[in-house]
Amino acid sequence: MDIFFYLFAALTLICGLLVVANPFSRNPVTSAMFLVLTILSMAGLFVLLNAFFLAAVQVIVYAGAVIVLYLFVIMLLDLGADERRRLNKAMVGLSFLGVGLLAFVLVSSIGQSEAVGALSSPRLQGTTEKLGKALFSDYVLPFEVVSVVLLVAMVGIILLSKRDLK
Amino acid sequence: MIGLEDYLTVSAILFSIGVVGVVMRRNLFIILMSLELILNAANLAMVAFSRFSNNIDGQMMVFFIITVAAAEVAVGLALLVALYRRRQTAYTEDLTNMKL
Amino acid sequence: MTGILPWVILFVPLLAALSITLLTLRHRALSAGLSIGAICVSFVGSLLIWISFDGGSVQYSTPWLSVGGLHVDLGLLLDSLSVTMLLVVTGVGALIHIYSYGYMAEDPGMPRYFAGLSFFTFSMLGVVLSNNFVQLFIFWELVGVSSYLLIGFWYDRPTAADAGKKAFLTNRLGDFGFLLGIILVWTTIGSLNFGEIEATMRANPEIFGSLASIAGLLVFCGALGKSAQFPLHVWLPDAMEGPTPVSALIHAATMVAAGIYMLSRVFFLFNETALLVIAWIGGVTALLAAVIAIQQDDIKRILAYSTLSQLGYMVMAVGVMDPTAGMYHLTTHASFKALLFLGAGAVIHAMHHEQNIWKMGGLRRAMPVTYWMFLIATLAICGVPPFSGFFSKESILAAALEHNAILFGVGAGVAALTAFYMFRLVYAVFIGPPKSNAAEYAHEVPGVMKWPQVLLGVPSLLAGFWGIEHFIGQSFASASAHHAAAWHWQILSPFSHAPLAAFFGLGLIGFGIAAAYAFYGNAVRDPLPDEMGRLSTAIRERLYLDEAYTAMIRYSHEVLALIADWIDRWVISGMLVRGSQWGTDLAGRLLRMAQTGNVQTYALFLVVAVVVVLWFVLKR
Repeated sequence: MDIFFYLFAALTLICGLLVVANPFSRNPVTSAMFLVLTILSMAGLFVLLNAFFLAAVQVIVYAGAVIVLYLFVIMLLDLGADERRRLNKAMVGLSFLGVGLLAFVLVSSIGQSEAVGALSSPRLQGTTEKLGKALFSDYVLPFEVVSVVLLVAMVGIILLSKRDLK
Repeated sequence: MIGLEDYLTVSAILFSIGVVGVVMRRNLFIILMSLELILNAANLAMVAFSRFSNNIDGQMMVFFIITVAAAEVAVGLALLVALYRRRQTAYTEDLTNMKL
Repeated sequence: MTGILPWVILFVPLLAALSITLLTLRHRALSAGLSIGAICVSFVGSLLIWISFDGGSVQYSTPWLSVGGLHVDLGLLLDSLSVTMLLVVTGVGALIHIYSYGYMAEDPGMPRYFAGLSFFTFSMLGVVLSNNFVQLFIFWELVGVSSYLLIGFWYDRPTAADAGKKAFLTNRLGDFGFLLGIILVWTTIGSLNFGEIEATMRANPEIFGSLASIAGLLVFCGALGKSAQFPLHVWLPDAMEGPTPVSALIHAATMVAAGIYMLSRVFFLFNETALLVIAWIGGVTALLAAVIAIQQDDIKRILAYSTLSQLGYMVMAVGVMDPTAGMYHLTTHASFKALLFLGAGAVIHAMHHEQNIWKMGGLRRAMPVTYWMFLIATLAICGVPPFSGFFSKESILAAALEHNAILFGVGAGVAALTAFYMFRLVYAVFIGPPKSNAAEYAHEVPGVMKWPQVLLGVPSLLAGFWGIEHFIGQSFASASAHHAAAWHWQILSPFSHAPLAAFFGLGLIGFGIAAAYAFYGNAVRDPLPDEMGRLSTAIRERLYLDEAYTAMIRYSHEVLALIADWIDRWVISGMLVRGSQWGTDLAGRLLRMAQTGNVQTYALFLVVAVVVVLWFVLKR
């Protein structure tokens, strides 16, 4: 089983890196395709964590809906490859420094997580049935609120997309 | 045996990659994708915590995050389209209206 | 009865001043009558006190102010010192009040003048009767105020207004030191009552430790200003801008003597060093003023410098440890100097306000009473026996000879100079040929101005036989035996107990008179400027002391202004104002670099902030 974890983890990280910085292509479409790969390998990690429902949602919503939305928009706007522009070296240096520090703080604090009390033999199964029961009992109010959020987003998008909006 | 720490490490690295993208890429679409990476890193940490503390709440949270992320992407892309129409650019250096 | 009498003496003049100011400013005769009546009441009261006085020391006091450790009484002290001063102030004061009625007859401001005079009398009596330092200081300042009001009485003359200001400011200098001295005494001894301070000092002479000289000299600063001693003497000659009776009362007989009175009152405070300084300041003042007096042409200025010189004598007397002699001279000086000023006032009145002695002359025939009284006073101030000044001056010279031969020499020299400049004055004004039309047609003054002179002539002539020295000596435990001689023996006492001082002094006085006769017997104009050349000019210009002070003040102001300018330019304007402006500007420029307008920069800041927060939450 461990081999799958390493496989999916490596895929996730490599594809994630290629989304951000692809040495071979500067086209946003490539980035979007690698984002799909990242999300799919994330779904694999979810399966390894026994979160089956979420893995399915990840594939359907993210890989299916969101990324398609990206591709549509990129192609709609007919964006070519990124122009090569001179980088602001000081800015790049500062960014690497800041992000490096962030990664250091995050990774180095992982070892200190005894307080979480991680179980040595996890038994939780993220099945559809379980999530469905929780969703319609304990989480019914957030569920309804989220639907309102989606409605508002939809209205907003329609409003923003009207051409004569000024 | 793969434990919580391994998942968290993957999550942290992915998060950092996402931040690098937000801070350093100039194309607003890629920045938006990097935001997705950051959200996914958070999701991974949530699911891992949920699994290893035997608590369904974490997964519920991920469910909501995915929903809100979908809405966010939709609105964000709509905004980008509107911006692109007006300014004919998707590069952050060209959008410095906030500077006086 | 006796308990209430001193209070009556003190407050009746104040009552008169108040009622004149508030009610009778429009009634000339009534105002004058109120003022004269008040001082006559005070004089009669003083006489009553003197008659029932038994030589002891009595205090009447009531608590007035009590703050923390500071207890101030409103109290009156009666001993031989204050009784003598009471008689001098009220006696001489009463005569001058009456004289003023004639002198000021034509002045529209007469009620105001009498209000000021009564207010002065009240303040002066307060100084005399105070039994503690704070009360003394308050009345001391009130005396200064009334002096200011009366010097500047003719306030529409710029010179008079300036002279008033100069007198007030110069006195403030001295009074500041006086106040410091009082504070030092209070913090050290814890009491302000003269009797208690003296008792403490007797029980523990070393109580001041190393500050003993400082304490004495600070208190002496008060006398330095009020009694116009060098280097604060410059105000007194200018104070002659006031009406002449004011000069007689305040700036010759009483107020300027307050310094001497105060020194005698707190004589126990001074140690050897302080007394030495006091003696030398007195001597220097006496000599300086006498030298300057030689070449003055204004009759009142000559008298003013002669007052300075005599005050120097008195201070010197205190300095050579014989305050009795100083007070004695104060008493006799009050009568003959007041007489001199009244005579000068009569002359000025007769000459239609001409004050230059080289425009007078021959007034002996026109004004015989004034002439004879002036002559008596002149002989008294010169120290010719048997006039009163002889006895007091000789007792000072004897004390000086006992302690300090150099100061005796100074004193004797001043005596000769005094005789010289006083007879110069007499020759030029009364005896020599008339030098102007006004002098030829002058007339004797009316009776209201004549009789006070005659009455003052009596003590000027006879005060030496009244045993004043013995009476004052009761206040000083150190009074030596020769003060206690029987009155009829006193005429010879100067010769018996200090023959050298007496004969030496007399010889020099004779020399001074002879020199005056030689130079001025028939002079039409002053021969000395031709004889002495530039020295005479220097003396005429008062040795340039006023100019030196003016220059000193100007240069010190300029230096101060330069420093202030530098501080303003570089510290306040440069460092504080422009520095903060520059700092704000720099901070603004630095912060401005952070505002790129690029979202990613802000995102980076967000990342950094998150790192910092996470660091604090997770790592610490």
